[in-house]
Amino acid sequence: MSFVKELIAPRPAPAVADRPLTAAKVTGMIVLVLWGLLAVALVMMVINGWDTAKFERYGPRYLNGLWTTISLVGISIVLGAILSLPIAFARMSKNRVLNTIAYAYVYLFRSTPLLAQLFLIYYGLGSFRAELESVGLWWFYREAWYCGLFSLTINTAAYQAEILRGAIESVPRGQHESAAALGISKHITLRKVILPQALIVALRPYGNEVILMIKGSAVVAIVTVFDLMGETRYAFSRTFDYQTYLWAAIFYLTMVEALRHLWAFLEARLTRHLKR
Amino acid sequence: MSGWLSALFDTLDPFCGPAGIFTWLGQGSLIACGDAGWGDEIAFGVKVTITLALATLPVGLVIGFLIALAAQSEERLLRLAAGIYTTIFRGLPELLTLFIVYYGAQILLQTVLSTFGYDGRVEINAFVAGMVALAVVFSSYSSEVLLSAFRAIPRGQYEAGDALGLRRWRTMFLIVLPQLIRIALPGLTNLWLILLKDTSYVSVIGLADIIRQTGIAARVSREAFFFYTIACLLYLALAMISSFGLGFIERWAKRSGVSR
Repeated sequence: MSFVKELIAPRPAPAVADRPLTAAKVTGMIVLVLWGLLAVALVMMVINGWDTAKFERYGPRYLNGLWTTISLVGISIVLGAILSLPIAFARMSKNRVLNTIAYAYVYLFRSTPLLAQLFLIYYGLGSFRAELESVGLWWFYREAWYCGLFSLTINTAAYQAEILRGAIESVPRGQHESAAALGISKHITLRKVILPQALIVALRPYGNEVILMIKGSAVVAIVTVFDLMGETRYAFSRTFDYQTYLWAAIFYLTMVEALRHLWAFLEARLTRHLKR
Repeated sequence: MSGWLSALFDTLDPFCGPAGIFTWLGQGSLIACGDAGWGDEIAFGVKVTITLALATLPVGLVIGFLIALAAQSEERLLRLAAGIYTTIFRGLPELLTLFIVYYGAQILLQTVLSTFGYDGRVEINAFVAGMVALAVVFSSYSSEVLLSAFRAIPRGQYEAGDALGLRRWRTMFLIVLPQLIRIALPGLTNLWLILLKDTSYVSVIGLADIIRQTGIAARVSREAFFFYTIACLLYLALAMISSFGLGFIERWAKRSGVSR
């Protein structure tokens, strides 16, 4: 019978192997250095080209533009959400006609560029001035701001209708059936059983839609609305200073990043009962 | 040879050829071909839009693939560099990216050339600027799609490649890439449709695409509603044709997949 007579003496831990300089590491370093150089160049550009007169002149205009962008996006998202409800339910209805109309609406607005829709509304409908004046709607189509709001609203309504429909259809059939088995009415089922589950699914797409709208709203600058992009273009056309675009980029990036983090927080908060 | 080819293209031209829609429907109206109407100008705009989108696609895909590779690498620095890229270009409006590229490249070239003693005025080609800007935006979105496709491929596939004695890049091209394309195709289809719509922004920097050509026609003829409706219909037609074609590609890609 054999057994261990002596224990192996404790040994020092193996030496930490030098992590070799891989190609990936070198590439990463080079790219990071390039990013750093670019950042330094941009900062230098801002510092060297700093002009207090320009700042005092265009700074408030930028803030105005920022407010225009935010209000435009905010209002159109809310109006679009309201408009998307009937579209989403028409899209889910068994009525052939309603379904086709809603499908055509969604398809039309999702597969043409926002810019083309905006031009169609602002310049296209604007050319029917006499007719619009007789109906008393000219004040609406005359203002670029209203036209921008209108086109953003009907555009986002199409996207939001799809988001809502996808979310509602992602709730399993069993939920409807069990609610029916419990004798809950259709209306209450939708409000208390289906929508709470659907909206959690829809949360992320809604966040993406808001971000897309912030980015997409820049096109209204082309039809002379002075939103953030419009003020940028104005400042650039006056000064020919490249910085104007950098400031716009900073504003847009801050907005989008802030929203993205807010949404990540919201999602983590609202789905905490689903974590295992 | 080239004369023969161009004759073939002229006959097959869907707008102003012998069987084109503008030739048949636009006779005597505002969209007639030739000097009488705007048909041929708009047809040119459609060509520019399609060319721009097709030229952007491969560039954007390759950059996006490289970014996705960097974003899933084990090297922290590389991940960080890729993260900065996607964060910036997914956060900026496409229009702003376009302006930044267009004017930025102009300034950059001007500075570089003036250090070499050239002081002429530099004009960037609007097509190239549009292509670069769209490719940058497209690549930052496609890298996300490709990244999630990469994550859907199990480690065992790489290990199987190692076990067969394949080199790293052969594993990538023979084993991973074919599966990657199949998984990423729906996402990339969406991105293509978005790219097609985003090409409309280049009209702002003066490239003669659908929007710009119809815009000129609208201003001259004072029939804005008619011409912008045509523009919308053309984009709609392009989207329909692409989703039809992409359906074929999807079926072709699915054919070689394992049926589960």
